[in-house]
Amino acid sequence: MSCPFAHARAEKGFGDMNDQDDPVKILLRLKDVRKTAKNWKTFQSGGEEVGRIVVPSEVHIRDTRQIPFEVDPPEHTDYRNLVEPWFKRPNEAAYQAKLKEIVNVVLDDIVTKEATEVVSEFSLVIQSRALTVLLNTPFEESKTWIGWGTHVFRSEDTHLDADKANILYDYIDKEIDRVIENPTDDLYSKLVNSEINGKKLTKEEVKGVMILTFAGGRDTVINAITNAIAYFAEHPEALARIKENPEMINTAIEELIRYYAPLTHMGRVVTQDTQICEQDIKAQSRVSLCWASANRDEKTFENPEEVVLDRKMNPHVSFGFGTHNCLGATHARALLRVILGELVQKVKSIDILNHEDNIEDLDEFKRKVGFNTLTVKFNKI
Amino acid sequence: MAKITFITKDNETITVEGDSGNVMQLAVNNSIEGIDGDCGGVCSCATCHVFVAEKDFEKVGEAGEIEADMLELEDNVSEFSRLCCQIQVSNAIDGIELTVAKED
Repeated sequence: MSCPFAHARAEKGFGDMNDQDDPVKILLRLKDVRKTAKNWKTFQSGGEEVGRIVVPSEVHIRDTRQIPFEVDPPEHTDYRNLVEPWFKRPNEAAYQAKLKEIVNVVLDDIVTKEATEVVSEFSLVIQSRALTVLLNTPFEESKTWIGWGTHVFRSEDTHLDADKANILYDYIDKEIDRVIENPTDDLYSKLVNSEINGKKLTKEEVKGVMILTFAGGRDTVINAITNAIAYFAEHPEALARIKENPEMINTAIEELIRYYAPLTHMGRVVTQDTQICEQDIKAQSRVSLCWASANRDEKTFENPEEVVLDRKMNPHVSFGFGTHNCLGATHARALLRVILGELVQKVKSIDILNHEDNIEDLDEFKRKVGFNTLTVKFNKI
Repeated sequence: MAKITFITKDNETITVEGDSGNVMQLAVNNSIEGIDGDCGGVCSCATCHVFVAEKDFEKVGEAGEIEADMLELEDNVSEFSRLCCQIQVSNAIDGIELTVAKED
């Protein structure tokens, strides 16, 4: 997969996309992306129009503000400090042991099968079951989430699907009502019983955090897992190498996350006239921070187009950068490390039987972000 | 064996010992508050930012280019800032003092 942004990144540093008549200037260079991500005053995530920083824009399908994602400092800091300890739990050994069990159950099953459709039978299943650990909700809930299919907001035929989003919103509303009646040790209960500056979180605020947790960690985690499986199918020697050298798991995961960048880009709304890459950027317009392009910037990365599983210096921005960096990164990293650690113990090689790529259309660029389907045979050790 | 002292945001002083790996890993292994090391030490997450005591800076040395590019954008960067995943534990850094730079 060569980088679709390489030419524009070197020549001009940006690209243009027209998203539902609300254009986006896509920033392609690592340094510009980082600098812009840091400058939340000029490039805001909060703002009046909820959903506008997402590309494609969700302005027409969503009213609930995702928290802390669509809030800027100083309010952002309070929200982030409130949820941060909960989202750092994946660093605990007991949490990782639960992930390991989840992954092993799935792996032990698929190595006995002649064919597995990775997106729906592996990635989605593991992602949903692992989410029960993050939320600290009963395992059975994952059956409902798996039933929603691979996209929470998108269905196969239309890009932005309000009906599908409503399924999630209604579900979350019910869950919040449930814990108001009978609190448990889950994330909903934690949020419902939390205060910021002496004020309890409203239902709408709790909902905002929960939507972010569900939506932010779904396609992204599914893409990351599926792309990793495809990589190891094409590089069976890498499975053996990591099995022999398990200390490589960390650098290997960071490298796969860099190379495949599970989220292509994320937008910001410009609050004042400014300039980037010698371009005038007007107040109220949109820019996006293209993590996928920044990760291949040859000014920083040696051999950016190569997957180097033991890459030591890897300042990628796949989890964003600065104030709004990914809240779920600790969970995602823990899960991916566990999957790779168990995969190399149980699987010798992976044969690709069939695949259909998921190509994102960014007007000027077409990028493969993952797979719609990937059918493989996992060969047992 | 190197002794390294961490001073946390709450002004707690903790001295730990190590003989291999990097300083971030040593801090994480000893649960030093404010050193998260999310990316495992590949210089991607900036959650291991420390200020090296002025007297010790020579022992530790300047950040390399990639690390310096990361530090440049940290809000509370100083001339003694380092990402401690990029500092190797060895006798050469015995006795250094590091203040955890975690922002609120």
